Amino acid sequence: MSLLGTQRPLHSDAVVLRAEGLGRSVPGKILVADATFDIRRGEALAIVGPSGSGKTSLLRLLNRLDEPTSGTVFLDGTDYRRIAPRDLRRRVGMVSQRPYLFPGTVAENLRFGPLQRGEELPADRVDDLLAGVGLAEYAARNVANLSGGEAQRVSFARTLANAPEVLLLDEPTSALDDDAKAEVEDLIHRVARERGPTCVLVTHDTAQAARLASRALLIEAGRIARDGPPQEVLGA
Amino acid sequence: MLKTLFHGQLQLGLAQAAAAALAAMLVVLLARRRNIHLEKELLIAMVRGLVQIVAVGSILLLLLRAPDWISVFLLASMMVAAGATSRRRAEGMPDAFRVSTYSIACGAGSVIALMTWLGVIDTPITTLVPVGSMLIANAMNTNGLALNRFRSDVLAHVGEIETALALGADGNSSVAPYVQASFEASLIPAIDSLRSLGIVWIPGLMAGMLLSGARPLYAAIYQFVVVAMIFAASGLTSLTSTLLIRTRVMSPAEQLVLRPKN
Repeated sequence: MSLLGTQRPLHSDAVVLRAEGLGRSVPGKILVADATFDIRRGEALAIVGPSGSGKTSLLRLLNRLDEPTSGTVFLDGTDYRRIAPRDLRRRVGMVSQRPYLFPGTVAENLRFGPLQRGEELPADRVDDLLAGVGLAEYAARNVANLSGGEAQRVSFARTLANAPEVLLLDEPTSALDDDAKAEVEDLIHRVARERGPTCVLVTHDTAQAARLASRALLIEAGRIARDGPPQEVLGA
Repeated sequence: MLKTLFHGQLQLGLAQAAAAALAAMLVVLLARRRNIHLEKELLIAMVRGLVQIVAVGSILLLLLRAPDWISVFLLASMMVAAGATSRRRAEGMPDAFRVSTYSIACGAGSVIALMTWLGVIDTPITTLVPVGSMLIANAMNTNGLALNRFRSDVLAHVGEIETALALGADGNSSVAPYVQASFEASLIPAIDSLRSLGIVWIPGLMAGMLLSGARPLYAAIYQFVVVAMIFAASGLTSLTSTLLIRTRVMSPAEQLVLRPKN
């Protein structure tokens, strides 16, 4: 079952996201400093680093959930400050550490994103997305009755329902047990393998980064310390 | 008992105030045993409240012969003071003073203006200022409750709000459930006052009217009028403040700016 539906992106090596001198500081603290890097379409990039090094802060700058205090990001060559935030976040989707499902059914959660721009997600697309995350027949279930792993997979499908070009994953398995973690990892692996949305994965788990990513960025004290193939970056 | 000990009206008043304050302090002591510390806040509030009400009483005494238009300045000053008081219930919320003052002015101010124009509230300063101040005070309480509830709901649901934003929702829809909950919660006291009028409480204004010789039935109906006006002023204030504050917790780029302190 395809996770990408009818909006499968082009198979291309073009730069989809470019961070240029990107930085954010709050009074008394530099969270991210002078981050410059390209992400190519279909690439699976892992952002790794110790706790508090600025991984999540960097990720939140990529879909403008936080405002950069320096630099900017280009999405398909356009400065993202020139793109309406709602449109930007549809195109650069995000799965957070905790699923934060909205009260209601699984299908209602999947329909949330498209509904924000007045689109009704067809029932067969809901079924496709759920089958893609291994939750066929879950559409009518109340989210209150899902396990942690199921909830995270629904969160994954909910973000994919927006057909994003880039998928930001903020430690998506850190709150899960080993079985659920393996299921979610398998999902990420499939998205990366199908060359669907470009994946940017924040993780403190270097083994996970090596398993899932084709490239890794090591962040230390808010700055990019290394950038390259996972084996080189993580093994150095 | 106090009346046998104190014969002058002023001494008696102070003794009665001390007895009431003692009852309030007793509650503070009971709360302290459960690790809820209200001592400082209540002490300051009581001293402040007593000084303020005595000052207003003295000013009213001086203004008995003042022209009616002075009421407008007095009520406007009260609204600004109410805005400043309300702001403290919304710590960390951007622009809370301005939002509170605008909302109280819009809610209480418009109800006072409309009711005065219709003749429901008399224009002499001795009527307009006390009745107007009741509406302003209740609007202030409602506004404080609305902002406080909204603030705690947003801080408790940062993840849900940012998830909605990350899925392409606009700022207003992302906080809409908390706007509605704050509005409803803030009106509970006003609705309960209206519902329990005459059964659970007989407000002081009615007693005052009876003492000054008004017919009991008219005093009772007017009391309903006052409580209904309080509800209208409070509701309009809460509606305005929750609508205004939701725009203040989002940046122009639809980022949540009210976040827990690290």
